[in-house]
Amino acid sequence: MQPRFLQGFWKLTWLETKIFTREPMGFVATLVMPLVVFIALGRAFGVAKPVAAPQVDIPFNVAILAAVLIALSAVQSLVAIISIYREGGILKRLRATPLSPVTIMGAQVVVKLAFTVISLSLLMLAGRRLFPGIRQVNVFSFTAAVLLSTFSILSLGFVIASLVPTARFAQPVGAAVLYPMLALSGLFYPVDRFPRALRAFAYLFPTTHAVALLNGVWDGSGWGAHWVNVAALLVLFAGYTALSTRVFRWE
Amino acid sequence: MFEGEIFGLIGPNGAGKTTTMECVEGNRVPDKGTISVLGLDPRRDANTLRQRIGVQHQEAHLQKRIKVWEAVDLWRSLYTRVVDSDTLLARLGLESKRDSWFMNLSGGQKQRLFIALALIHEPEVVFLDELTTGLDPQARRAIWGLVTGIRDRGTTVFLTTHLMEEAERLCDRVAIIEHGRLIEVGTPDDLVQKHCPERTVVFTSDDSNVGGRMQALGPVERADGGEVGAVAEGGAATYTIRGAGDDFVTDVINVIAREGIRVRGFRTEIPTLEDVFLKLTGHGIRD
Repeated sequence: MQPRFLQGFWKLTWLETKIFTREPMGFVATLVMPLVVFIALGRAFGVAKPVAAPQVDIPFNVAILAAVLIALSAVQSLVAIISIYREGGILKRLRATPLSPVTIMGAQVVVKLAFTVISLSLLMLAGRRLFPGIRQVNVFSFTAAVLLSTFSILSLGFVIASLVPTARFAQPVGAAVLYPMLALSGLFYPVDRFPRALRAFAYLFPTTHAVALLNGVWDGSGWGAHWVNVAALLVLFAGYTALSTRVFRWE
Repeated sequence: MFEGEIFGLIGPNGAGKTTTMECVEGNRVPDKGTISVLGLDPRRDANTLRQRIGVQHQEAHLQKRIKVWEAVDLWRSLYTRVVDSDTLLARLGLESKRDSWFMNLSGGQKQRLFIALALIHEPEVVFLDELTTGLDPQARRAIWGLVTGIRDRGTTVFLTTHLMEEAERLCDRVAIIEHGRLIEVGTPDDLVQKHCPERTVVFTSDDSNVGGRMQALGPVERADGGEVGAVAEGGAATYTIRGAGDDFVTDVINVIAREGIRVRGFRTEIPTLEDVFLKLTGHGIRD
């Protein structure tokens, strides 16, 4: 007897993958938008050199920006799907089947992570072909860092999805939370130069730790040097998940 | 509820039909009281019960771009005992829509798909909430035929509706609820007999001998307000006569025959469930 949450899990995941690819707008936005940002900014400003010192005037890392955008678009897409499913009564209908709630949500997460990997692969491919001088990072390490980051930010996505009243608000509310997070993430301005209160605030968001970890993987200092950020991503994931299970509405 | 019947829960919008349905399905916690479905507790034994009951929700939807066969396939994978999907789709007239996206189905087709999903595991009881709300008359009639078919195959059907015509045509027994309280249970015919025994006959005649024996049966009124028995201006007048009981209409016909009254038009008005509802609650179902 398989565990209950596995009943229908892969079938639902595969189904949701197919359904996602049938929606041209969402599909293209998720896969292509971060790539376009990467190529355009990379062409305009040059692909980033490793961020070595907390100098304010160094160009931000375009590759890491694109990677974080991939994670954020996955979260945006999750928030949109869940609010549409809730408003349409789809969540309620699925819940009345033997599918476990964990399965219904888990399938969405796996689909998002799968598309994160595809999107990231396209990004790395573009980086190698279009910017020959780009730093060669460890592909697996970088992918793992992006996945962990996406996973953690997705848990915040569930909290947002619990709070948006209707599908119409999903996009603006999602953007209102996610883009300030990006601004505070340390990607554009080092976090340790923020005023103290703002710095503490920034550390509450997974993006800040995600950027720190990705910078670490990029400049070669590795996971060990950033275990605090890894731990923070996991703790935030646990915290947001616990919060969303309390506030989540199925209808 | 009895096994193998179509049982209808009727009441105005907001009476608590859907809430009752959700409690019985185990999707909502009742404020108080206990519920037993097939001898099981809908909350505690939810997983066992879901294998034995089928549900269709009011105004439900599926993913816009899910194909009909994909939905059926997913649902089939969730239950231990399932029916053949092609046979089921054929029975519901959906075989040509196998590869259509949910969003491209008509209202009636969507409802038929939801019925298919509710029946996929041969449930012992199927719960249908406001099945035909928003459908055109043809689609509604097609659905009624399907629901009767479900019962004829031995599945017990529990449905809610605010359409009295639907309840009257479809249900073996109905329960009337209002403000969350059960007011009456019975077959539609029995409820009408019990609460609204009055019968009305309306006929048009140009004879002057309408009074007399006819008035002995019950109060007679003339539509133009003239005196019963007097010759109407312009020839014919329309009369309304009220009475009660099964024999009333026969009695009126007998009087017409015996007196030789020339009748140009004749119709009877027999109370419906809607009248019962009106009488029991003091207001109409659509208020």
